[in-house]
Amino acid sequence: MIRAGRRFLSSLPALFGVLVFTFLLMRVLPGDPAVFFASGPNAGKEEIEVIRKQMGLNKPVPEQLMLYLYDVGSGNLGRSMMTGQLVTKDLRERLPASLELTLTALLIALLSAVPLGVLAALRPGSIIDHGVRFFCALGVCVPTFVSGLLLIYVFYYLLGLAPDPTGRVDIFASLPPRQTGFLLIDFLLAGDFDGWWAAFRQLILPALSMALFVVAPLARITRASMLVSLGSDFVRTAHSLGLPWWQVVVTYALRNAILPVITIAGIVFSTMLGANVLVEKVFSWPGVASYALDALLSSDYAPVQGFVLLMATVFVIVNLLVDILYGVADPRVTIG
Amino acid sequence: MTKSLLALSDLHVTFSTRRGLVEAVRGVTLSLGEGEMLGLVGESGSGKSVTGFAITRLLDAAGRITAGDIRFRGQDITRISAGDFRHLHGAAMAMIFQNPRAALNPIRAVGDQIADAITAHKRMPRDEARAQALGLLRAVQIRDPEKRMAAYPHELSGGMCQRVMIAMAISCNPALLIADEPTTGLDVTTQKVVMDLLTGIAAERGMATILITHDLGLAARYCRRVVVMEQGRLVEEAEPKTLFRAPQHPYTRRLVAASPTASSRIADLVPEEERGRHAAMHVALKPQPAPGTPPLLEVQKLTKRFDQGAAAVANFSMTISTGESVGLVGESGSGKSTTSRIICRLIDPSEGEIAFEGQSIGHIPARDFHRSLFRKDIQIVFQDPNDSLNPRFTAFDCIAHPLLRLGGMRPGDALRQRVEECAQRVGLGIELLTRFPHQLSGGQKARVGIARAIACRPRLLVLDEPTAALDVSVQAVVLQLLDRLRREDDLAFLFVSHDLNVVRMMCDRTIVLQNGHIVEQGESRAMFDNPKTAYTRELVEAVPHIEPKLAATAS
Repeated sequence: MIRAGRRFLSSLPALFGVLVFTFLLMRVLPGDPAVFFASGPNAGKEEIEVIRKQMGLNKPVPEQLMLYLYDVGSGNLGRSMMTGQLVTKDLRERLPASLELTLTALLIALLSAVPLGVLAALRPGSIIDHGVRFFCALGVCVPTFVSGLLLIYVFYYLLGLAPDPTGRVDIFASLPPRQTGFLLIDFLLAGDFDGWWAAFRQLILPALSMALFVVAPLARITRASMLVSLGSDFVRTAHSLGLPWWQVVVTYALRNAILPVITIAGIVFSTMLGANVLVEKVFSWPGVASYALDALLSSDYAPVQGFVLLMATVFVIVNLLVDILYGVADPRVTIG
Repeated sequence: MTKSLLALSDLHVTFSTRRGLVEAVRGVTLSLGEGEMLGLVGESGSGKSVTGFAITRLLDAAGRITAGDIRFRGQDITRISAGDFRHLHGAAMAMIFQNPRAALNPIRAVGDQIADAITAHKRMPRDEARAQALGLLRAVQIRDPEKRMAAYPHELSGGMCQRVMIAMAISCNPALLIADEPTTGLDVTTQKVVMDLLTGIAAERGMATILITHDLGLAARYCRRVVVMEQGRLVEEAEPKTLFRAPQHPYTRRLVAASPTASSRIADLVPEEERGRHAAMHVALKPQPAPGTPPLLEVQKLTKRFDQGAAAVANFSMTISTGESVGLVGESGSGKSTTSRIICRLIDPSEGEIAFEGQSIGHIPARDFHRSLFRKDIQIVFQDPNDSLNPRFTAFDCIAHPLLRLGGMRPGDALRQRVEECAQRVGLGIELLTRFPHQLSGGQKARVGIARAIACRPRLLVLDEPTAALDVSVQAVVLQLLDRLRREDDLAFLFVSHDLNVVRMMCDRTIVLQNGHIVEQGESRAMFDNPKTAYTRELVEAVPHIEPKLAATAS
C-alpha cells in the first residue's frame, strides 16, 4: 500500500502537466466561444465583447490560467456553455454510463480472449489457432461503428431481439433511485429485475461491439505469454511429476501467463474509456466521450478540459490498480 | 546382477529443425538394475540429456523417438498412451533438472507445489498432502521446514530450490530417478551437500538413479558404473576406476585428459599424441623487475557497500606484478566478481586505493574510465561468451571495436591486419571473422572474446570465469591458449573462478574470499595441498576428483 501511495503521489506532476497543456491547447485552437455562444450569426461586435468579458476571455492567457488552476484547486471545473450546468455535475452524471459500458465490454473481451488465447497456445499452428487469429484480425479490421451498426442491423432490425439503440433505458421506463450510477447495480439494489433486464438488453450490443475491437490484443498477448509459459521449465517439471492436465494448464501455465494480460487489460481499459465515442454516438449512449466531442465541436472550453483531466485521472487510477493486482498475482513483486 | 529395471535397446531420437532432421541419439543400448546408480557422461550435444528426456517422455515437441524401445519393468513405454504415461510420471519415474529455480513454479509456494506432486497420484485431503510435504522438506534437510512451506522459489537459494525439487521428485517414491545436471551452477560446497543428500535418499529408498553430467569427477565420485556418450552414441562403459585409469576409446581418453585434476598441469590437458606445439614451446625466463619499480597493480583496503548494506567486499588488499597470474576463488556471494569488477574499473569502490604501475586509478569514476589511458592496459574476458558479444557485430567488428575506440586506429588495411593477427594468435580462422556470434561455436566465441581483450595489448587481463560455460575439452584448449598468451606477452592475469582445479593450474598465487573477506592466500599448489583455514579445506574437499582418494576406496 505504501508503494501504491507513492506511485499515486509521483503521478501528480503528470496530472498537473496535463491540466496546463490542455488549457493552452484549447486557447491555441481556432474558434472563439464568444462568437459561438452569441445570440446569432448577426450579433454585433459589442455583444460579443460583452460575452468575452463575462467569460473572462479578455484577460491575458497567464492570468486566465492562474484563475483556472485556482478554480480546479477548489474543485470547480467551470460551467458548460452547452448544457448550462456545472462541468462536474455533467461528468458525474455521464461517467457511470461510460464506465458501465466499458467495464462490461472489457469483461466480455477478457472472458472470450483468455480462453481463445489459451486454446490457440495449446495447439499452435492448428485449425483452432488459425481460427482465433482470423477472428481477431476481423475484430481489429472492422471499426466499432461498423460492427455496432451491423449488430443493430442483425439483432434489432432483422431479428428483433435487441431493443432500439437509444440510450441506456427505454425513454418511458422509470429509473431506479440513483445510488452508484451504474444502472445494473442500481436496479438490483432497488429489487427491480424487469428494469435490470431491460437495462442489460440495452447494454449488451454496444458492449459487444466495443469488446470485438479489443479481443484481438488481449487474445494475442494471452496466446504469446501462454506459449512462453507452456514451454517453461516449471511446466516441464509439472509434467514430469504427473500432474493432471488441467492443473498443469491452469494452475501452472495460465497463472503465470496471466501477468502480462493484466497489464495490457489496464491499458486497453483506459483507451476504451476515452475512445469509445463512436460506439456512444451509434447507440446514443449518454457517456462522457460523446459529451466531450460535442463540447469540442462547439469550442466549449470547460467540458473539454474537465474531460481530459478526468481521463488522465482515470488512467492513473487504472494503472495503480494494475500495479496492485500485479503485486497480488506475483509474489516476486515486492511491496514496500 | 540385480533385476533389470530399465532397458534401452538401440534407441534413436530425432529432432526436426529448420535445417532438417537432426539425429540426437543414434542407437543407445543401456540397462539399469533396481537401486543402481549410473553415471551418463558427455559433453554438450552428446545426447545425454536427450536420452534422459526420451526415457521420461519429456522431449520437446520437435523431438521424436524414431527407433528402438525403452523397457521399464519389462513393458515397452514408448508405445503406451499419454494418459497411461501420466501415471508413471512422478509415481514410477521422476526427474531432477538443471537450474532448479527455473524448474519450480515462481508464483506458487513450494509447500503447495510438493503437495501438488503428492495429490497427483494419491487421493487425499489437502491438509494431509501438506503434512506429507512438510515431512519431505524435513527429509531433504531444509532448515525451518514449517516456515519454508510458504516460501516462493525466488526467496530460496539455488541449493534450497534443488532440495525442494528433490523432495517433489521423491514424493511418490518412484523406482527410477533421473537427475539431469542436478548441481551445475551450484557452488562446489553446495554441490557436495546436494549430491550427498540425493545419493543418500536414493540408497535409503532403493531408487535407481541415472546421473546425467558433464563432470567426470562427479560421476566418478557417486556412481558405480559410468557410460560415456559422444555424438549420440555410447562410446565406453565401465567402472569409474578402470574408465579413468585406462580409458579405451580415444574420445574417453581425450575427455579424461581434459578434465583438470588436483595434479594436472596445463600441458596435460590434451592426450600425449595430440600434444605438440604447447609442450615444445620454449619458455623464456622472466627478467626480474628492477628493484624499486612499483608492482603492476596494487590494491589497498578496498571496500564496497551496495545501498548501505553489509560490505560486499571489505578491506581487500593485493598486488599483482608484471606477468604474474593470481587466482581469486570463493563461493557465489563471496565478493569475487565485485572485486574483479572494481579492479577493471567497471564499478566504483566505496573506500580504498587502486594503483596501476604506481599511479592511482581508484579515484577515476568508473563511467569516465574509458577515457583514461589505462583503459587499454586493463582488459576483461567475460564469463558468458554468448551474452558478452554484440549479436549484430561480426567477429571482425568485435575484435576491431577496442582498436577503434582505444587504440586510435582508423578503418583500413592496418586495422584489418591487426584484427587478423589477433585472430591468428587466438587460433581463430580468418575465414570465421565475417561470421556473427550465433554462427560460431562456444569455443570460437570464447576465442573472439579473448582476441578482443588482447587486441590493444593490455598489461593486465581480468578473467571472470572465462571457461565456466565451456565443455571440458574446449576448456582445455582455451586454458592452454590463455597460458600461452600470458607467457608470450608477459601479461598479468587476475583469474576469477570457482573451479579450484583450474585455478591451481593457471595461477601462481591464489586468494580465497569468503563473505567479502580474504581468508587465505598464498602459492596455489602449496595452499591447496595444505590448506590452513577450515574454509579453504572445505572448498578443496568438496571438489569431486576423478580418482577417488585411495583411503576412501579402501574403507
